[in-house]
Amino acid sequence: MERVKLFLPLLIFIVLAVMLYWGLERDPNAMPSALVDRPVPAFTLPALNVDSLDTENLDVDNLDADKGLVDEQLFVGKVTLLNVWATWCPSCRIEHPYLAELTAQGVPIIGLNYKDDDEKARRWLLRYGNPYQLVIADHQGRLGLDLGVFGAPETYLIDSTGVIRFKHVGVLNDRVWQSKIAPLYQSLRAGEEKLPR
Amino acid sequence: MTAEFGHFALILALCLALGQAFVPLLGTLRANRLWMASARPMAYGQFVFAVSSFICLVMLFLGDDFSVRYVAENSNLNLPDRYKVSAVWAAHEGSLLLWALILSMWTFAVALFSRNLPLELVARVLSVMAMIAVGFYLFLLFTSNPFERLLPFSPVDGKDLNPLLQDIGLIIHPPMLYMGYVGFSVAFAFALAALMAGRFDAAWARWTRPWTIAAWAFLTLGICLGSWWAYYELGWGGWWFWDPVENASFMPWLTGTALIHSLAVAEKRGLFRSWTLLLAILTFSLSLLGTFLVRSGVLTSVHAFAADPARGIYILVFLAVVIGGSLLLFAFRGQTLQRTASFNWSSRETFLLGNNLLLVVAMGVILLGTLYPLVADVAGWGKISVGPPYFNWFFVPLALILAVIMAVGSVSRWKHHPPAMLASLALWPALVSIVVSAGVLFIHGYSFALLPLVSLAVAAWVVIWSLRDWWRKSSSSRGRLAGSRRLRGSYYGMLLAHIGIAVAIVGVTLTSHYSEQRDLRLSPGEAVSVAGYDFEFRAEERIRGPNYVARRGRFEVLRRGALIAELNPEKRYYSGGGQVMTEADIDGNLRRDIYVALGEALEEGGAWSVRIYVKPYVRWIWLGGLMIAMGGGIAMVDKRYRRLAQTRPRSEAQAGVEVSGTEQQITEGSGAQQQRNG
Repeated sequence: MERVKLFLPLLIFIVLAVMLYWGLERDPNAMPSALVDRPVPAFTLPALNVDSLDTENLDVDNLDADKGLVDEQLFVGKVTLLNVWATWCPSCRIEHPYLAELTAQGVPIIGLNYKDDDEKARRWLLRYGNPYQLVIADHQGRLGLDLGVFGAPETYLIDSTGVIRFKHVGVLNDRVWQSKIAPLYQSLRAGEEKLPR
Repeated sequence: MTAEFGHFALILALCLALGQAFVPLLGTLRANRLWMASARPMAYGQFVFAVSSFICLVMLFLGDDFSVRYVAENSNLNLPDRYKVSAVWAAHEGSLLLWALILSMWTFAVALFSRNLPLELVARVLSVMAMIAVGFYLFLLFTSNPFERLLPFSPVDGKDLNPLLQDIGLIIHPPMLYMGYVGFSVAFAFALAALMAGRFDAAWARWTRPWTIAAWAFLTLGICLGSWWAYYELGWGGWWFWDPVENASFMPWLTGTALIHSLAVAEKRGLFRSWTLLLAILTFSLSLLGTFLVRSGVLTSVHAFAADPARGIYILVFLAVVIGGSLLLFAFRGQTLQRTASFNWSSRETFLLGNNLLLVVAMGVILLGTLYPLVADVAGWGKISVGPPYFNWFFVPLALILAVIMAVGSVSRWKHHPPAMLASLALWPALVSIVVSAGVLFIHGYSFALLPLVSLAVAAWVVIWSLRDWWRKSSSSRGRLAGSRRLRGSYYGMLLAHIGIAVAIVGVTLTSHYSEQRDLRLSPGEAVSVAGYDFEFRAEERIRGPNYVARRGRFEVLRRGALIAELNPEKRYYSGGGQVMTEADIDGNLRRDIYVALGEALEEGGAWSVRIYVKPYVRWIWLGGLMIAMGGGIAMVDKRYRRLAQTRPRSEAQAGVEVSGTEQQITEGSGAQQQRNG
């Protein structure tokens, strides 16, 4: 039994090596999300106040932290994208210009500022532009935890009844949008219009 | 011709390394002393050829030989000479050659300073180091040859070195880091030699210790330099980003720290032996992983891997052979037979065990955070950043707990230290450190928050325990001076390193929690006040450097109306590659840094976006790092290691061991163990 212990490091190494190799060989498939086809978890969080951004005289100390509280009802009524981002995330910076493009095409995007600092988030939006209709400030990462966020960036497609229909982990770009999200988004939009009002 | 000479020298170095890898090892199997003795001359020869090859590459850079592809890609005519030299290790091929050069330097040093070690051990150690060298030479020659020519169409001028790398920090940072990484190969080679021989006694641990401490001290310096460089060169005002490249150097540092502590236990008490060997293997494996992953660009993008499959496959196979092979040897030859020496739960052994476990857990957390985005990327889950929140959330509490037990552990006794005695020792430092911490926050007028309060208290706790221990140990009937001289170099090294940790904790805490920063729009003539300092933007001017033009802002910093500094941040435009660089200007002292960087020009000849930071005590971070490295340096040259190394390797039952300082000595007699207070 004692001798077996000595083989433990080797076994761990082999398992790790096989996993890495298997990872390299694996067919790139999106991982299934546990929350797909489930409603957005309940939350009540402040929205980041981005309206008072003033490039001329940025008086950071006197910025009001929140615009008000929002909850999961935010997603009811229209098809939206929920984009998880943070200023500490370099990949989010890469993704940012594409979000602006989507906004320009009329796709509504709600931001989830994940485990971040309000002031930094505001600076970021000031510097790179704001593609979001509204930004939820999730300082503690509570909503992120409920959503099962792996790391930023992540993007969720949410239908007009507030149910998550698709989850993309990683940078959203034109290829991902066209191949994975756009078809579903269009059909959801079409379905939404058919609904009796 | 220089390129061909360099290439040829590299091939000769490979041939000698091949000889050195196998002849002495066969000698140990056949008890052939001549074969074993051949290890040293071959190590000297390998060193000579590795140095020659490296010098050739340096000369190619200095002589602007753009017919060599590597030179053309990383240098140009306008580059100042000192950067031409540092450009040698600015990219993949050259930094691998530097790695191989430093490995041959360590091999040379081991061959030179091992006169007093048994020939068998020397033969095995040098063989193992040569095997690693063979791996590197083959990788260089077959996939990453820095001497490859671009013929017949050589460019007239080169592309220029990445401006980020045109900096004094980058001249010395990689060599320091590599001295650390590669230095752990010595501990690794000693561990494999011990496994081959089936013998790892107190003498083995004593021989391994100074080498390991040396490598660790270099790595500490390397990490500090890297952090300092990021701070003043990147223009973001941060000093640590939990970036994969930083993590790659931090992981071997953590396990290396665990290793130097477990070596102490292995030497003095004969415990934790298999664990020590495993740590030596782990530390060097992480160094290798760091080198390859960082340099191959795999960590930033898997596509770098795919771009050159030959390199990728070679790296994977090499890592598998080195790590898998050494772990296989460990599995078959590692002895589970621990000495029966027992220790109470309240003892120095327990504290050091706690230290080892916490350090390894911290490493595991960082490894997971570093590799996870890579795994996610190869598995097609998309690109993900695991950000600082993850690392800070796990690492900060671990580091604080570690510092708390470090202070107690370095004072506690081997085998058994009655918990009641430790508790009575702990009472007043606990109270005083909380008061000191609150006092520091109060005097500076900082807001009270739990984390800074706790962190500062931990730092004070470490300093109090360390200094009190020194005060007690240095008391002597012949006076304080005589008493403090009597203490060993290794004790002072430990003291300095531990206080260095406290100093770094103070720096990290105050900077992280109480820095002030502003991003502003400023035109020449305007002024702004940040954290009690007035910044006046006087003028903007244009200047010309050797290979760039720059726009420079002139800022005057006033405190209560008195001028305290003039800062000149620059925005540089490099002609070679067309890159733009932000050169921040910093006025710093031990109490605070004032940092001004130019962002973007908002309108021609007028307003700039300006970034201003006031960072309290930020230099303490690097001061602490320097103290830690110096502590390692002092401990390494302790005469004890040399004196004992000269005696014949005694059987471990007779090995006399000494405990920190001279207060307590534990003598392990044959079987019977007794403790006497000296």
